[in-house]
Amino acid sequence: MGFDLDKWIAQKMQGEVILKYVGDVSSDKITDALDSIESYLNLKNEKNKTRKKVYNVFVECIQNLFHHVDIPPVTAKVDLVPKFGVIILARDNSFYRISTGNFVLIDKISIIKDRIDQVNSLSDEEVRSIYRDILGNEEITLKGGGGLGMLDIVRKTGNKLEYMLYPHDNEYLFFSLDVYIS
Amino acid sequence: METIIREGSPKTPYVRLDGEKGLIEIKGRSIPENSVEFYKPLIDWLDSYGNQPLDSTSVNVQLEYFNTSSSKCILDIFKKLELIYKKGSKVHINWYYEEDDEDMFEAGEDYQSIINIPFTMIEMEE
Repeated sequence: MGFDLDKWIAQKMQGEVILKYVGDVSSDKITDALDSIESYLNLKNEKNKTRKKVYNVFVECIQNLFHHVDIPPVTAKVDLVPKFGVIILARDNSFYRISTGNFVLIDKISIIKDRIDQVNSLSDEEVRSIYRDILGNEEITLKGGGGLGMLDIVRKTGNKLEYMLYPHDNEYLFFSLDVYIS
Repeated sequence: METIIREGSPKTPYVRLDGEKGLIEIKGRSIPENSVEFYKPLIDWLDSYGNQPLDSTSVNVQLEYFNTSSSKCILDIFKKLELIYKKGSKVHINWYYEEDDEDMFEAGEDYQSIINIPFTMIEMEE
C-alpha cells in the first residue's frame, strides 16, 4: 500500500544522472548539492549560458523544496526528517531534467495545483510581465520569494512545468515535478 | 558613516557599503535560503546613509547568480536608493552582466523598468 517511492526514483534515473538526493533538504545539504553540480558542469566544460541556466533553475527547484516541504508521513517508510524531499538532476541527450518529489497533505494540494496550472497557462510575455508585477508590487514573504520561484523557472527554461500527483494514503499525496532545460 | 564589507561566501555576495566614498558594490552570487536575514543589515545601513547621503552615490551590481528570494531584497536596496535620488542626490546604478547571459540582462531590465534611477547595463566579455 502507499506510494512506491523506489519505483518513482527508478523512473527518474533515465539518462546520465548527475545528482540524486533523497532525504532532509537542509541548508547544508543544499550547499553540498550545489557544489556537486557546479563541479560537474565545470568539468563537462558546459557552455556558460547552459551552465548558468541549469545552476540557477536547480537553485530554485531545491530551495522550493526547502521552503515548502515538511516531515513525511509515517506511512511513507522513509526517514522522518524535518524536510523530506527528493531531487534528481539528469542529462538526457540534448536537455537537462530536474525532477523533484515530496509528500504533500491532500488539503494543501489544490493551492499548488492551481498555482502551477496558472503559471503553465501563461505565454512567455505574460510570464515576464507578471514576474515584474509581483517583483515590483508585492511585499516580501517570510520565505523571501513572494511566489516568484515557479514563474522564474518557467521564464528561464521557456518550458512548462510537468507535474504528477500520486495517491499515498488518506492524508497525503506524492507530488512529482519535472523541469526541462533545453 | 561606517563602511560595511562582507566577504563573499558560496551563497552570499561580496558587499561593500562605503559611506565615505558613496560607493555600493554587490558582487558574486546571492542564493541564500534566507535572503531577508542577509540583506536586512544592508537595508538598515542604507536607511542611515539616506539621512545624510553624499552628493553622489555609485552602485555597482555584478552578480553571477541570484535566487528569487534575493531578487526582492535587491529591489528593496534599489528602492532605498530611489528615495535618496528623489531627495536630490545623484545616484547611478551600473548593472553588469556577461555577454551571453540573457537571464541576467533581463533581470537588469526588470529592475530598470521598476526603479526610477539612472541605470546603465554594462556587458562584460566572458
